[in-house]
Amino acid sequence: MALLEVKDLGISFGGLQAVDNFNLSIEKGELYGLIGPNGAGKTTVFNLLTGVYKPTAGKVFLDGTDITGHRTEEINKDGIARTFQNIRLFQQLSVIDNVESALHSFEKYSTFEAMFHCGRYAGAEKKLREKALEILKVFDLDMMSEILSSNLPYGQQRKLEIARAMATEPKLLLLDEPAAGMNPNETAELMDTISLIRDKFDITILLIEHDMKLVSGICEKVTVLNFGKVLAEGETKKVLADPEVIRAYLGDDE
Amino acid sequence: MLKKKMLSRNSKGRFTTYGIVIAAWIIMEIFMRAGLMSSHLEGLLVPMTYYAIVAVALNLCVGILGELSLGHAGFMCVGAFSSALFSLVTDGVMPDGVRFLIALVIGVIVSAIVGFLIGIPVLRLNGDYLAIVTLAFGEIIKNIINAMYLGVDSKGVHISFESQMALNMEPEGKTLINGAMGVTGTPHDANFTIAVILLLLALVVVQNFIDSRDGRAVMSIRDNRIAAESIGIPVTKYKMLAFTISAAIAGMAGVIFSHNIATLQSTSQYFGYNVSIMILVYVVLGGIGSIRGSVIAAVILYLLPELLRGLNKYRMLIYSVVLIAVMIINWAPKAIEKRTAFFDSIRKGMKRNGTA
Repeated sequence: MALLEVKDLGISFGGLQAVDNFNLSIEKGELYGLIGPNGAGKTTVFNLLTGVYKPTAGKVFLDGTDITGHRTEEINKDGIARTFQNIRLFQQLSVIDNVESALHSFEKYSTFEAMFHCGRYAGAEKKLREKALEILKVFDLDMMSEILSSNLPYGQQRKLEIARAMATEPKLLLLDEPAAGMNPNETAELMDTISLIRDKFDITILLIEHDMKLVSGICEKVTVLNFGKVLAEGETKKVLADPEVIRAYLGDDE
Repeated sequence: MLKKKMLSRNSKGRFTTYGIVIAAWIIMEIFMRAGLMSSHLEGLLVPMTYYAIVAVALNLCVGILGELSLGHAGFMCVGAFSSALFSLVTDGVMPDGVRFLIALVIGVIVSAIVGFLIGIPVLRLNGDYLAIVTLAFGEIIKNIINAMYLGVDSKGVHISFESQMALNMEPEGKTLINGAMGVTGTPHDANFTIAVILLLLALVVVQNFIDSRDGRAVMSIRDNRIAAESIGIPVTKYKMLAFTISAAIAGMAGVIFSHNIATLQSTSQYFGYNVSIMILVYVVLGGIGSIRGSVIAAVILYLLPELLRGLNKYRMLIYSVVLIAVMIINWAPKAIEKRTAFFDSIRKGMKRNGTA
């Protein structure tokens, strides 16, 4: 049984069929790429998988359970976490608070205990903090835990967003263009980070990326999306050599 | 090491705020006991404190939750009237302290419920809908109470929106709300000390809330709603929670209001939208998101026009100039730079003196 099984997924905005008949099957532990030209519907697929949009057709199964139509926060509890194409950090919170807010459901105490800092408050906060620091350490961000997240350098902000997503302990991590706007050094560092979390957390990753070096470097399989439809899928090397795929990216050779 | 770091980050600022409030209270008490304070100024102390409380409540809504409310005077109004009615009915039945305590709880709970009900339809939406709805709510609640006649006799409660006669009460019946004449005879239970204690309570609740799991959730929603959802934070629940707490604290200020005034009237002067805007001015000038700033701004900006009464004609002119000056000092980058440099040099100077 595949970890993520997407069947005939589709959504239309008015007359525009943004994603049509989308099928995807990702095995546990795989690192899977979703590629395609601009406007192909890649981010829309992410938004469908995470419940930002409700699909108008098709089903999504995670680990065998139907999660179609769940709300975004439920889908996170189901086991999918994501990052965003345009970084969405909690800018006015410190680095560690960004991670701690993702640990929201791990240590619970009541609002009354929150308002008077009594009961379970101290113990829970201490545990949350330790856990958050542990996660930051994995991403090499622990030295900057008290800095406002908006003051981090660009590459670190991307990392923090991944750290925040990982803090929710997902089964499947969705990365939306993690290398966008990065220089080659930062991209190389990012590739290391992705391999690291995959080894360390035993996680399945689906990523959208335009940087073909990154895709061919780390993805085992890819699906190519064009005009909302699957153009090709399979092993990365074979798919990237497919003349249809090259045509979609580079246009017709007339 | 970790613990020490936590304390310095979160707790120090909080206790400074409590310290400032307590110090201000002690100084005011000394002035009052020594008879150095004019009766005019003495009468301003309680209003000053309850406006500080509403400013703290509104900052929770505007600064922490990131939703604009223009109806916090309306929540004050709800808290004021609900608690005043209770105190009026039970006057003489129970000891003063117990009565005030129950009235306080009633005022807080009723305004929390009203805040909750308003939040249900509005807080699901994104955008400035809350501002529009709370503005309307504040005006509606004020006008309804202003037009309401309420009385109680042996047959029960009578309500009318026409006149006192239309209540059709028995001769020995007691009129509670007399239309635009309002509520008279509410026991004078609140004083400056009680107001300061309640201000401290509001500060403890709000500042602790911010520094907690719930507060982080609320602030993450403020900073990025979509990202907050993506990490499993139930957005509507936390927006409702913060807004309800904010309304409840504003109601608490209303309880002090009604127990410190001879005739409680639901007029624009006390509960109109201009009062809500005035409180918003305190929050903005004190610094959005800065709880301590709200208290300080509320105190200064409430006292200022009152103390300038002697200047009569120029009063509002000076007030507006001060508003502009404060805004520049608070927000202009150059001014912030100068201010930081100034305080740094003072700190350095103090250190040098300390070591020498």
